[in-house]
Amino acid sequence: MFFWRMISRALRRQVSKRLMIAVTIMLGSCLTTSMLAVMLDVSDKVQAELGSVGANIQVLPQGASIVSEMYEADSTLNSGSLREDEVPNLKTIFWGHNIEDFAPFLDVTATSGDHEVPVVGTWFDHSMTTPTGEPVTTGIDNLRDWWEISGSWPNSDDQVMVGARLATQLGWQPGDTVRLTTANDDLEATISGVFRSGSDEDRQLFAPLATAQELAARPGEVGRIEVRAITTPNNELAERAARNPATLSIEEWETWYCTAYVSAIAYQIEEAMTNASAKAVRQVADTEGVILGKTQLIMSVVAIFAMVAAALGIANLVTASVMERSKEVGLMKALGARNKSIVGLILTETIIVALVGGVVGFGLGVGLAQLVGHLVFGSGIAIRPIVPPLMALVILLTVVVGCLPSMRYLLRLKPAQVLHGR
Amino acid sequence: MTQTSWDSRILGNGAEPIYSVQQVSRRYGDLAALDNVTLDIAAGEWLSIVGPSGSGKSTLMNILGCMDSPTEGIVLLEGERLDKMGEPELANVRRMKIGLVFQQFHLVQHLTAVENVMLAQYYHSIPDEGEALAALERVGMADRATHLPRELSGGEQQRVCVARALINHPDVILADEPTGNLDEVNERIVIDFFHQLHDAGTTLIVVTHDAEVAAQGQRQIILEHGRIAREVFDLASTPTKGKPQNVEG
Repeated sequence: MFFWRMISRALRRQVSKRLMIAVTIMLGSCLTTSMLAVMLDVSDKVQAELGSVGANIQVLPQGASIVSEMYEADSTLNSGSLREDEVPNLKTIFWGHNIEDFAPFLDVTATSGDHEVPVVGTWFDHSMTTPTGEPVTTGIDNLRDWWEISGSWPNSDDQVMVGARLATQLGWQPGDTVRLTTANDDLEATISGVFRSGSDEDRQLFAPLATAQELAARPGEVGRIEVRAITTPNNELAERAARNPATLSIEEWETWYCTAYVSAIAYQIEEAMTNASAKAVRQVADTEGVILGKTQLIMSVVAIFAMVAAALGIANLVTASVMERSKEVGLMKALGARNKSIVGLILTETIIVALVGGVVGFGLGVGLAQLVGHLVFGSGIAIRPIVPPLMALVILLTVVVGCLPSMRYLLRLKPAQVLHGR
Repeated sequence: MTQTSWDSRILGNGAEPIYSVQQVSRRYGDLAALDNVTLDIAAGEWLSIVGPSGSGKSTLMNILGCMDSPTEGIVLLEGERLDKMGEPELANVRRMKIGLVFQQFHLVQHLTAVENVMLAQYYHSIPDEGEALAALERVGMADRATHLPRELSGGEQQRVCVARALINHPDVILADEPTGNLDEVNERIVIDFFHQLHDAGTTLIVVTHDAEVAAQGQRQIILEHGRIAREVFDLASTPTKGKPQNVEG
């Protein structure tokens, strides 16, 4: 086709200008690709980072929840209970796939010798099958993955873990056997490990849930559940819904319910369990949302500036190139070329050059994203499938915007001006 | 010879002129490059436009070639008002009806000779390399078809320009100083080729400083200060002043 023959001939001219256009797009594309890749992946990365702070949803029995809200205190003891057999239901809610980890807890006070020992029953590394038949493994080994452990996690029902302060106070070490006594039961357990959490948990003893239920004589009961879920940062709709979902219109309710807001997930948990009141652990959830939002905003701004700078660079280079070729363009017009034919020709030439720069820039951007991932998060960045087409679109848009001044010049150019100096 | 007798001989009884220029002016600010010019050009006529620099020759050529519009007056080409047309319509007229030859050749530097000819085909209809080569052969440039303009002499470039002008069989060929940059041999070749086109019925409008080139036409109009100072009619040039010579490279 003659059009492509003209393009191929034209591309061999003005090599330095075309190289500059390719380099400009390459730099913009590199920076934008890396920012875009990190931005799309950062949600998971930040979630993983912040997730180490703990759960972002707490499920309490309804009575305990009311007391807790009234007195702003942890009043879970003996204030009703949740059913252990309903815990797997968490994975059956609409946003079940967003629930990364969860663990039930039951608190009971036992004695060991002359000392009172706060015992917390939980799942350490618990495997189960959800009502939908999905195998799930969860527990506090994930929810408390920042614990510094001396020894190991318990791997049988007669093993327990002890907080560092309690261990120091009672002189316990990994491998020691302890006797725990309540009014209901009396049993022996082996300390598999001593942990340091940096919180009040350092004064507690963590035992398998069944052990705590036995000590408390509350079989099948759970005092609270901690849930770590991937959530969408809150907005005004989520805030309103969190206060009272009944105030939403049907459309708003559907949008809220089908978005992974922490309040929507909490609401769905309440639907899936009996007598449950699920609340966002505000501090962590808000921190996640705010940090995530700010991080993404900064990256968006950097990406937009990079492409705006590229568009400005292209605008100068293409305008200079077109002005240099004004006689050629005037001749084409004199021969009867329509404006759109000439604009198409120049734009195609520029897009081809820009795509070459863009592809190289994309490759470099992927590399840069990996570097950022390893430096900031200690792991690589997954390139989402949306990134390549999105970048192609961004490059195309940048070229078109960058070519606008030269297109304006082309449209105004009169053949007589350049061919006869009029 | 009077204007009336010329019109009747050239136009025939009741025939419409291919161009009709009526009281046309073209002003650039206060400067009138053309001032109230009235002119009819017959189909198949060879008209020479002469005059000193700044007399309005190129302005008239630009208006006739649809590359500029008058600020006042009417311009008709085959009965259609050019002065009322917008840029897309003017481009269409240039594409379909007019062939242009320039003093500076104006070939696209990165296209070969044959591709420069095909460029006019491309904007007219469909490029045909065989036809473009045949056009180059007519002007004696077939063996230089794959050369870039910088590899051609001035005369050769002008012959490529002529081949490009005739490739779409235009009704009118407008030539602006077509021999201005040529030596005598190449000037003769180009003029002889114009005679061939004229004999074939093509309307030729040639802007020139050169009295010898101007004398090839059937009629000369002499412009001064944007006005037609006088006209010179030479019916002896019809159908042609000299026997066309073979055009060779």
